Amino acid sequence: MDYFIELLFSGLTRGSIYALIALGYTMVYGIIGLINFAHGEIYMIGAFTAFIVATILSILGFPALAIIVLAGLAAVVWSASYGYTIEKIAYKPLRHAPRLSPLISAIGMSMFLQNYVLLAQTSDFLPFPQLISDFNFMEPVAHIVGSTDLVILVTTTVVMICLTILIKYTKIGKAMRATSQDRMMAMLVGINVNRIISVTFIIGSSLAAIGGMLIASHIGQINFYIGFIAGIKAFTAAVLGGIGSIPGAVLGSVVLGLTESFATGYVSSDYEDVFAFSLLVLILIFKPSGILGKADTQKV
Amino acid sequence: MITFQELKRSFFISLWFVFLTFPIMVIRVDSIEKTVQWRWMNMLYVAVGAFILSLIFRYMMRRKEGQSADDDEETSTSDQHLIHRWLTVPRYRNIIYGVMLTLALVLPLVFSTYQTSIMTTALLYVVLGLGLNIVVGLAGLLDLGYVAFYAVGAYTYALLYHFFGMSFWIVLPLGGMLAAVFGILLGIPVLRLRGDYLAIVTLGFGEIIRLILENWGEFSQGPSGVSNIPRPSFFGIDMSLDTALIYIYYLMIAFVIFTIFIVNRLQNSRLGRAWVALREDEIACQAMGIDKMKTKLAAFSLGAFWAGIAGVIFAAKTTFISPRSFTFIESAIILSIVVLGGMGSIIGVIIGAMVLILLPEYLRFLSEYRMLAFGAILVCMMVFRPQGIIASVRRTYTYNKKETADGEGA
Amino acid sequence: MAQPILHVTGLTMDFGGIRALNNIDLDVNEGEIVALIGPNGAGKTTFFNCVTGIYQPTKGEINVYNKHKGRQISLLGMKPNQVTQQGLARTFQNIRLFSQMTVLENVMIGRHCRTKSFIIGALLRDKRTLREEEEIIQKSHQILEKIGLTRYENEFAKNLPYGAQRRLEIARALATEPVLLLLDEPAAGMNPQETIELVSLIQEIAAEGQSILLIEHDMKLVMSLSERIFVMDYGKRIAEGTPEEIRHDPAVIKAYLGEEVDA
Ligand SMILES: Nc1ncnc2c1ncn2[C@@H]1O[C@H](COP(=O)(O)OP(=O)(O)OP(=O)(O)O)[C@@H](O)[C@H]1O
Ligand SMILES: [Mg+2]
Repeated sequence: MDYFIELLFSGLTRGSIYALIALGYTMVYGIIGLINFAHGEIYMIGAFTAFIVATILSILGFPALAIIVLAGLAAVVWSASYGYTIEKIAYKPLRHAPRLSPLISAIGMSMFLQNYVLLAQTSDFLPFPQLISDFNFMEPVAHIVGSTDLVILVTTTVVMICLTILIKYTKIGKAMRATSQDRMMAMLVGINVNRIISVTFIIGSSLAAIGGMLIASHIGQINFYIGFIAGIKAFTAAVLGGIGSIPGAVLGSVVLGLTESFATGYVSSDYEDVFAFSLLVLILIFKPSGILGKADTQKV
Repeated sequence: MITFQELKRSFFISLWFVFLTFPIMVIRVDSIEKTVQWRWMNMLYVAVGAFILSLIFRYMMRRKEGQSADDDEETSTSDQHLIHRWLTVPRYRNIIYGVMLTLALVLPLVFSTYQTSIMTTALLYVVLGLGLNIVVGLAGLLDLGYVAFYAVGAYTYALLYHFFGMSFWIVLPLGGMLAAVFGILLGIPVLRLRGDYLAIVTLGFGEIIRLILENWGEFSQGPSGVSNIPRPSFFGIDMSLDTALIYIYYLMIAFVIFTIFIVNRLQNSRLGRAWVALREDEIACQAMGIDKMKTKLAAFSLGAFWAGIAGVIFAAKTTFISPRSFTFIESAIILSIVVLGGMGSIIGVIIGAMVLILLPEYLRFLSEYRMLAFGAILVCMMVFRPQGIIASVRRTYTYNKKETADGEGA
Repeated sequence: MAQPILHVTGLTMDFGGIRALNNIDLDVNEGEIVALIGPNGAGKTTFFNCVTGIYQPTKGEINVYNKHKGRQISLLGMKPNQVTQQGLARTFQNIRLFSQMTVLENVMIGRHCRTKSFIIGALLRDKRTLREEEEIIQKSHQILEKIGLTRYENEFAKNLPYGAQRRLEIARALATEPVLLLLDEPAAGMNPQETIELVSLIQEIAAEGQSILLIEHDMKLVMSLSERIFVMDYGKRIAEGTPEEIRHDPAVIKAYLGEEVDA
């Protein structure tokens, strides 16, 4: 039973990290209909930035809490900047190009960023500092649920609530929803669509950065390639939930996290990634609109 | 020319990039030794680089916009470039092909075996590029798992030899056919999907194949791969290593010619037209009576067939294969070749493969930056020249005026 | 021959909550020109999409008369390409040409459903394939001559003037040798001169016995061309009859509510 609960929590933790990344995919897809292939790399850059800043601060002898906050902040700021810049360079000029062009451009961007980090930093796995120390009150259940898991779950929940408020109630959130429903119409009622697209990339990238930092401190190591796998898995989650739908992305992520956790826990850990990829292939084949997504008939 | 405004803008962009790349480019930390390394020179490089590139970027953007404004004249007199005229006139085209072929044939006589071997690799990528070109360039299906079919071919040879001792020449068509069967099995459920989903599913499929090869040790010998795969035989004659490599080179040449011949025929057929139409507009295409699934499946499985054959040759050439040769990166390289060369253009793909495979080989100091460059190429080509170096030329048809009149009279 | 070539009964199409087509019965007889009119959003294009297999209707029957078999064939559940094979060919309201292909090639695509060669043929280039290819080129060329687009033959479709693009859509549809030609607003966006040319083109085609079902907003064109008019609004049939009858039908006048029905 303990094992079951352990797997449950590890699945939820995984799921919530996926959710942070998946939201970026889903939001961008909702607005410009593009699979932002480079999104995983944004997350990886977030993790690297957090790593660099945290290491410097810990050398300088900052207290743990300050390190977490500052490293997280730096990750968010830089990831968001990368997201913003990438959109301007690789996607904006292709707004009216055939559908596959921005996707190829995104794949190129993803390769570029991976190798950029590889060349500028290193190809080795870097040990990520343990930012979150174990809480005393978690002692009795520590063998089932780690303190990091708890932090991840709480952080993700808070972030989700903030995002929901942002999208539901603020002006920019409403503009985003309008743009995703009908870009032409949004433009006609005076919404600055280019700005909304930028904002979407910034928000999505920030979420990915938080995810990057959390998972890096959870797993304890990073390298330039982590974005690729995480990106595909988060994308799987987004599709599973119904791409374009924000609650869908969260739901899909949790389902994927749990599936992976139980499958590796009870079946075999060799095929961890095969499970995720197979799930992706199966959903796209049998229910491409996902759990919460709407099936769309193309207007002719 | 360049106005002050332009310079000012580039200056700010350069500042932005200095900020953007600051943590990754300038700082390097060692969290164990607890040391920090500041590489301020990189900052300077970024600043200057970003400044210049932003000027170029905007210049190119303006040029592209100017071009699309008077698009009408541009394309109707599409032989604006000399290259294009050469390619549209069959006589010139044949001369080009002839020169290329002669060069290719004398190459092993002039260069070392090592050089020849590199050339063989490049030619292998030409075949892969031409195969993927059917799928991506002609039919417009973005296949990101192309390497999976390549792997199927390579492992078919490796394992059929390993378990049953089958020879290269027997496995060559088998490898292709098995890959095509995989293509059909994957294609039937997957080709119904929208273009971008198709891309992701094929990517997932490619990774699944690789992971299975890596983890299913009893079958594929796992991550350590299969070694001691024999090179192709020539009527059972024993060959020294050098001779064998040159022999493979000539095989490869023959094979490239064969591929060009086939792709050319496909391209100029009823099926080839259907592919292009499908790429242009699926709904109109179906409304004109084209069976979408059948046509897509034909492209997908033909592409897979070629990858399978290339895989068999790859295994025979290197005599050793492991799952590491079949990562997503490989698919991305092949895609870069097609995109750089020009989707749908045979000559373009040949040039693309030569540039992307040979350049990093000869400019060794560049080889580190290879993948970085591939990424940049994909982005830049899409942004500035989506048609590739050599845009594909649509064929014009000749018909007999007199015969038309006869037809009406009869 | 008493059999209608297109026989639609009870056709209904729902999009989520919207009922875009509501119980439509419509027949087209051989050699007839029928016009389908109605205000914007009435469901005319949706009717075409259902009939040509692009949408699956919620309810209803669609039958086409097959001369060779001498009986009605149901189009329900058929894919668009099978429908075309059965002899329905259409044009699109928003032009959907193959823009990177030449004008001739666009028409050649229309011949696709009347020809057969596939992979093997393409590779072997045997006599049969070559003959077929020759036939495709000749027929396509003849059609372009008839439609008056010969001088654009080797241009990319996207570089054609607007009116010529609309005509090319018709040429492409004709290349499939349709039993019934479905035209979705062929005159939309044309200037008066182009419209006049279009009318005479359609008359020419009809004179050869081609049956046509036509959606059009231009009342002058509709009144001068069609033998029978079918009016719909909000997915329902509101009137059907000769141009003369429709002109004076109170329901039609009401539906158009001030829109000029006079012509
Ligand atoms: N794929 C679709 N999904 C949802 N609603 C649709 C779809 N296609 C059409 N509709 C709706 O069905 C109704 C009828 O549309 P349709 O395009 O058939 O009108 P129409 O008579 O052709 O109008 P117009 O004269 O403007 O072309 C409209 O309300 C439209 O919004
Ligand atoms: Mg309409």
